[in-house]
Amino acid sequence: MTTATRTARRPSTLATLWRSTVGKKAVMAVSGLVMLLYLVAHMLGNLKVFAGPDDINGYAAWLRTIGQPFLGHEWFLWIARFGLLAAVLLHGVSAYQLSRRDLAARPSKYVHKRRRASYATRTMRWGGVILALFIVWHILDLTTLTVNPVAEEGHPYQNVVASFGRWYVDVFYIVAMLALGFHIRHGFWSAAQTLGANNARRDRALKLTANGLALVLTAGFLSVPVAVMTGVVS
Amino acid sequence: MNLTLRIWRQAGPDAPGSMTTYQVGGISPDMSFLEMLDTLNEELITLGDQPVAFDHDCREGICGACGMVINGQAHGPERTTTCQLHMRHFQDGDTIDVEPWRAAAFPVVKDLVVDRSAFDRIIGSGGYISAPTGSAPDAHATPVPKEAADTAFEHAECIGCGACVAACPNGSAMLFTSAKVVHLNVLPQGAPERASRVRNMVTAMDAEGFGGCTNTGECATACPKGIPLPSIAAMNREFLRAARG
Repeated sequence: MTTATRTARRPSTLATLWRSTVGKKAVMAVSGLVMLLYLVAHMLGNLKVFAGPDDINGYAAWLRTIGQPFLGHEWFLWIARFGLLAAVLLHGVSAYQLSRRDLAARPSKYVHKRRRASYATRTMRWGGVILALFIVWHILDLTTLTVNPVAEEGHPYQNVVASFGRWYVDVFYIVAMLALGFHIRHGFWSAAQTLGANNARRDRALKLTANGLALVLTAGFLSVPVAVMTGVVS
Repeated sequence: MNLTLRIWRQAGPDAPGSMTTYQVGGISPDMSFLEMLDTLNEELITLGDQPVAFDHDCREGICGACGMVINGQAHGPERTTTCQLHMRHFQDGDTIDVEPWRAAAFPVVKDLVVDRSAFDRIIGSGGYISAPTGSAPDAHATPVPKEAADTAFEHAECIGCGACVAACPNGSAMLFTSAKVVHLNVLPQGAPERASRVRNMVTAMDAEGFGGCTNTGECATACPKGIPLPSIAAMNREFLRAARG
């Protein structure tokens, strides 16, 4: 008599992904790319500050009307906020869990020290922590207006000018945006590698794109505080 | 050549270890690094000391048995195995630091010898094809595209020395595992087990306590066989595909 044996059922796709280092890294890659897409839109929106108070204040008001009348007032904004919150949390939790594992995998260090990997690669973890702290400050400053000196609802131009009038805000902002540049320089190419999009032919193009994105986003974001500091925007 | 060696000495798996300094003279630049250690060991034996334990076998750079971290680099300053590293790459009077591979999954057995059986268990979980054995099949029975054959051969070059794990700041075995996954998954003979192979091998790799990949590229730089970094991307692609199906 012959009997057929069936192999045990496999765990679900999501469980397979979350339990493995490769899958968890893919979660980091996708959540990172979501945030990157948002940052491109955010940076382009910020540039409207150079068109004057009416332009950017009008743009901010328009953001609240996207999707109307299908969506209610500010609904789109809240959907985007929850999406971004999920991305930040998934990114952070995966990074924490993977980092714990990585550090445990090399318990004894080498006696002969040697600098490993590029600056951007080595600073991913601390750069991420700086960015997380920055996001908290940034929301308190320009979204909830809790720590903003002007705090005029619906007048982002005035709030931004007032906020960047404080030197310590400028310093924190500049440090955070440099950290962002380095984070994207390694992170974008790394995401392509993690999601299996990289190969020998694309490697160079992906690295150039990562550098380009890092440079454009950092320069774009920094242009606003620099303009306020130099009096171009006031 | 006269050299100062600082070598990791550790009597056993649970014994404490430390760097011990030795002077060694009469080294020819044509000696391999292992022959230089042989010279030191002969002196140690003559003096009644314990010789330095290290793994080695073919001494031709093809077996993957030897490996030590020399001045912070896996297999030393040249891109080759330790047995094929020659003393001409060092200067007379140099001080050289020699340490074992460092990873939680590679516990030290003695001195420079580490237990790499974690690699065997990864291979055992899927680094093979299931095929009825018997007489050899005709060479043209299964057509293999040239490009697939080239890729498979490039990845089959991995000798499992563990330099990738030693070089990786996370002690990750991603390059090793990807070499075997890509080698077999790209071939028609490996196709039936394509999905289960990558799933099982990644699971086995994680279970051994290796770290994850942070794409530092240190592994591919250290690899004596030149397994390229995009191989890891290829394995990620295979894994994500297998997780979906």
